[in-house]
Amino acid sequence: MHLDSNTKNRLLDQLHQIVSSDYLLTTKEDLTPYECDGLSAYQRLPVAVILPDTIEQVQKIVQACSQLKVPIVARGAGTGLSGGALPHEGGIILGLSRFNKIISIDTDNLTAVVQPGVRNLAITEAARPFGLYYAPDPSSQIACSIGGNVAENAGGVHCLKYGLTVQNIQQIKIVTIDGTVLTLGSETFDTPGYDLLALMTGSEGMLGIIVEIVVKLLPKPHAVKVLMASFDKVEDAGNAVAEIIAQGVIPAGLEMMDKPAIHAAEAFAKANYPLDAAAILLCELDGDTDQLQEQVLVVEETLRNAKASKIVIATSAEDQAKLWAGRKSAFPAVGRLSPDYYCMDGTIPRKQIAYVLQKISELSDQHGLRVANVFHAGDGNLHPLILYDANEDGELKTAERFGADILELCVNVGGTITGEHGVGHEKIDQMCVQFSDAELTQFFAVKSAFDPDSLLNPGKAIPTLHRCAELGAMHVHNGELPHPEIPRF
Amino acid sequence: MQTQIKDNDISESLQKQVKNAISAKKPLCIQGGKSKLFFGNRFSAQLLDLSQHTGIVSYEPTELCITVRAGTKLSELEALLAEHNQILPFEPPHYPHPLEDGSNSTADTATIGGAIATGISGPRRAYTGSARDAILGVEIINGDGDIVSFGGQVMKNVAGYDLSRLMVRSQGTLGIILSVSIKLLPKPANDLTLSFSASQDTALLFFQALRVQQLPVTASVWYDDKVSLRLSASELILKTSHKRLNTLLAEKFPLLKPAEKEVNSSLFWQDIRDHTHPFFTQTDKPVWRLSLPPATKSMTQIDDALAQTQDKPEPSQLIEWGGAQRWIRSRSPANIIHSIAQSHGGYASFFYQKREEDQTFPELAPELFKIHQQLKNKMDPHGIFNPNKMYKGL
Repeated sequence: MHLDSNTKNRLLDQLHQIVSSDYLLTTKEDLTPYECDGLSAYQRLPVAVILPDTIEQVQKIVQACSQLKVPIVARGAGTGLSGGALPHEGGIILGLSRFNKIISIDTDNLTAVVQPGVRNLAITEAARPFGLYYAPDPSSQIACSIGGNVAENAGGVHCLKYGLTVQNIQQIKIVTIDGTVLTLGSETFDTPGYDLLALMTGSEGMLGIIVEIVVKLLPKPHAVKVLMASFDKVEDAGNAVAEIIAQGVIPAGLEMMDKPAIHAAEAFAKANYPLDAAAILLCELDGDTDQLQEQVLVVEETLRNAKASKIVIATSAEDQAKLWAGRKSAFPAVGRLSPDYYCMDGTIPRKQIAYVLQKISELSDQHGLRVANVFHAGDGNLHPLILYDANEDGELKTAERFGADILELCVNVGGTITGEHGVGHEKIDQMCVQFSDAELTQFFAVKSAFDPDSLLNPGKAIPTLHRCAELGAMHVHNGELPHPEIPRF
Repeated sequence: MQTQIKDNDISESLQKQVKNAISAKKPLCIQGGKSKLFFGNRFSAQLLDLSQHTGIVSYEPTELCITVRAGTKLSELEALLAEHNQILPFEPPHYPHPLEDGSNSTADTATIGGAIATGISGPRRAYTGSARDAILGVEIINGDGDIVSFGGQVMKNVAGYDLSRLMVRSQGTLGIILSVSIKLLPKPANDLTLSFSASQDTALLFFQALRVQQLPVTASVWYDDKVSLRLSASELILKTSHKRLNTLLAEKFPLLKPAEKEVNSSLFWQDIRDHTHPFFTQTDKPVWRLSLPPATKSMTQIDDALAQTQDKPEPSQLIEWGGAQRWIRSRSPANIIHSIAQSHGGYASFFYQKREEDQTFPELAPELFKIHQQLKNKMDPHGIFNPNKMYKGL
C-alpha cells in the first residue's frame, strides 16, 4: 500500500505549490513525531505531513490527493486514544494544528466560532471573562483540539448532565473529498434537511475535513459541591449510582474508582482517598445555590442508605480540586504501577456495573495481567486500565486479548465497545462483534456517499466484511491468528 | 393505575411489505398516528401503517432510557413514564387531529416514531434539548429490506457512524424506524407559571438576560404583549426562583410589573405544545415557523410585510424558546419570508394553510442538496421511502 515513486513525486510537487516548505514535512526526522497518536502501541510513517492554515489550502490539498488517489489522515492535536490518527503508509497527514484561532464569541447567543486546532480548554479560558464555558471536558482537554473532539465525539466527566460533543456544537464547516466547502448545522437550534452535523460528529475523519466549528457555551454554574463516598463492597457502589439517578438527581459528574485505582491515585496525588475502601464514588453537583443545597441533602441521604461507609463533602474549591486531582491523575498514577498500560473504553448499562467488574476481575486472573478500574459511572463508561510490560515477550498481545474480552463483555451486557475514544485502528475487530454484516454494509453506503474512493482515513473505524469473516473463522482458534504474515484488510 | 401498552411486534410483516415494495419498485408512504400529515410535501405511494407496531421493548427507570416500538402513542408512553416520575426531555407535540366523522372531537394519536422521524420538539426544547439530542439508538428496516440497529441504550456510544441521530428529522426518507431508544429525564416535582406584560422588544431583551441566569425555566412564550414562563423544580426552589425573577425584573427592567403566578397553566402549555392555542387554530392566514438565533431582534421587516396585508391589527407573532422559535401568521409570499429568515441567520418552514404546491422546507444550497441526494441514493437505493416528502428529488 506504499505510494509508487512517480505518484509520490507528483504529489509532493503539487503540495509544494500549496504551502511553503516549512509546512510540508517529508524527512524521516520530521515525520516521526506524527507516527502515532495517543495510542503509541501502533506506529507508522506517512509519506508527508502538510500543515495548512487556510480553508483554501485545505481544498487544494484535498483536490490534489483526490486526483492522485492518495489517502488523507486528518490530525488535530494527536491525543486520540484509539489510533484514529495513525498514519497511512501510502498517504499524507493533514495536520490542522495551525488552525488555532478563536474567531468570535457571541455573548448574546452563547456561541463561539473556533478553528479546529483550538485546544478544548482554550475555549473555556476565552469564554471565562463572560461567565461562560464550553461543557465537554475530555481528560486531555489541556491539549486536545476541538476539531479532534468533533471527529471523535469526545466526552469527559460531565456528559450525563451536559452531553457529549454532539450536543454541544451547532455548526461546522467541512471540506469534502472533492474540495467543496459545506456548512452543516446552523446558528439556530435546528436545520432543514438531514442532520449531517450529527453524522459528521464522531465519524473519525472518514467523511470530510472539519475546518470550522460553532460551539455552544453555557453560563458557569453559580456553585459546585463534590461528595466522596467510600464503600466496602464494589456492588454497593454500583447500586448507589442507580439509586442517585432514581432519586431524580442528575449529577454533573459521577465517577467511580476501584481499589487498585484508589491506591495508585492516592500514592500519586495525595487526595486523601480511603485506602481501605473497595470502591469510591465521586459525585459533583452544580447549579444555582439553592438548588444545589437541596441536591446535596438528597445525594447524601441516598449514599448513606446505599451503605456508604464514609461520606466527605468538599465545599471549598481547594478541597474539591484535591478530590478531583486523584481522579484526574488516575491514568498517570496507574502508569507508575507498571511500565505500560492499555486503556479500554467500553460503555455498559449502569445496572451491570457490579457484574462487569466481577467479570473483569476473573478475566484479569485468566490472562495473568493486573487491571485498575476508573470510570464515568454516571453514564456507564468504563476505563479499565490493563497493566502490562511491552518489553516482556507476548504481553502486549495478552493485553490486547484481555481488552478484546472486556469489550465483548460490554457488548454482551447491552453496551458498546467505545464510549468516547472512538474505534480508530484499535477496536476495528470488535466492530465485527457489535455489528452485523447488514449494519456494516449500511456504514459503507454512508461512507461511499461522501468518499466514493475511500481516501479519507481509510482502514479505520469500519471493518470490511472480509476482515470480520476472517476474524469470525479465526475465533475458533482462541483468537490466535493463523498465518500472521498474510495482510488483512 | 398502571398504563397498559399493547405489546405487538409486527416487524416481520412490515419487513415483508418493504421487500415487496423493493421488488415491485413501488414506493411507500410511511404513516404512524396521522397527526403530522400536513408536514412535508404530498406524494403518492402505497401506505405502510406503523400504528399497530406498539409496545415497550425495555424500560429500566434507573438507566434513564426506554426502548419503544415506533407505533406506540405518545400519550401512552408519557403516561407510563409519569408513573415512574420521568419525562421525554423534548416534550414532543401531539397535534391532535380532527376525527373524520364530522364531529368536533379530535384524536390524540401521535406516535413516538413520528415524533422522531419529523424531529419536532416542544416547549421544553430550549432548556433540556431536542429529539435528536435525546435519541440513543434505533432499529430500522433499511433500503435493502434488512432489519438493522444503530446506537444503543447507553448515552456514550461512538461505535460506527451516528445513524440514529441521522434518522431524526429525516422525515422517513432514509429507512423505516421500528423502535427507538431514548434518553429520559426525571420529572421535576412541580411546575410554576409566571407571567408579566412586555412588548416584543422588551421580551426579547428579557429572554437574553434570562439565558445567563440559572433559573429552572422549562418553557417560555411571548404572545399578545405578554411573557409566560414555566419553571419546574421543588416547591421551595420555585418560591425562591419567583423572588429571584422579580429581582431581575426590578433591576434590569424597572418599567415592567413583577411576574404573577398563573393558575391552571398546564392547559396553556399543552395548547402551545399541541398548537391548539388560538394563535394556531385560526385558519385565515398561513402559519410559518422561523428558527432563528435566539438573540435575533424583533422582526420588524416581517411585521411591515404583514401590515400591508392586515385587515385589522392582531397578534401576528408567537415567540418560544427564548427567541429561537418564532411563529408567524402572514400572507407574505414564501420567498419574502424565507429571505427575511435567512438574513437573520435562520430559516423558515411552512406549517399551516399551505397550498398543494407549497413546500414545507426552504431550498438547500445546491452543493448541500447534492450530498443529500448521494446519501439518499446510497441508503435508499430503490427509492421506496417517502420519495419527495422532504424535497422533490429526494
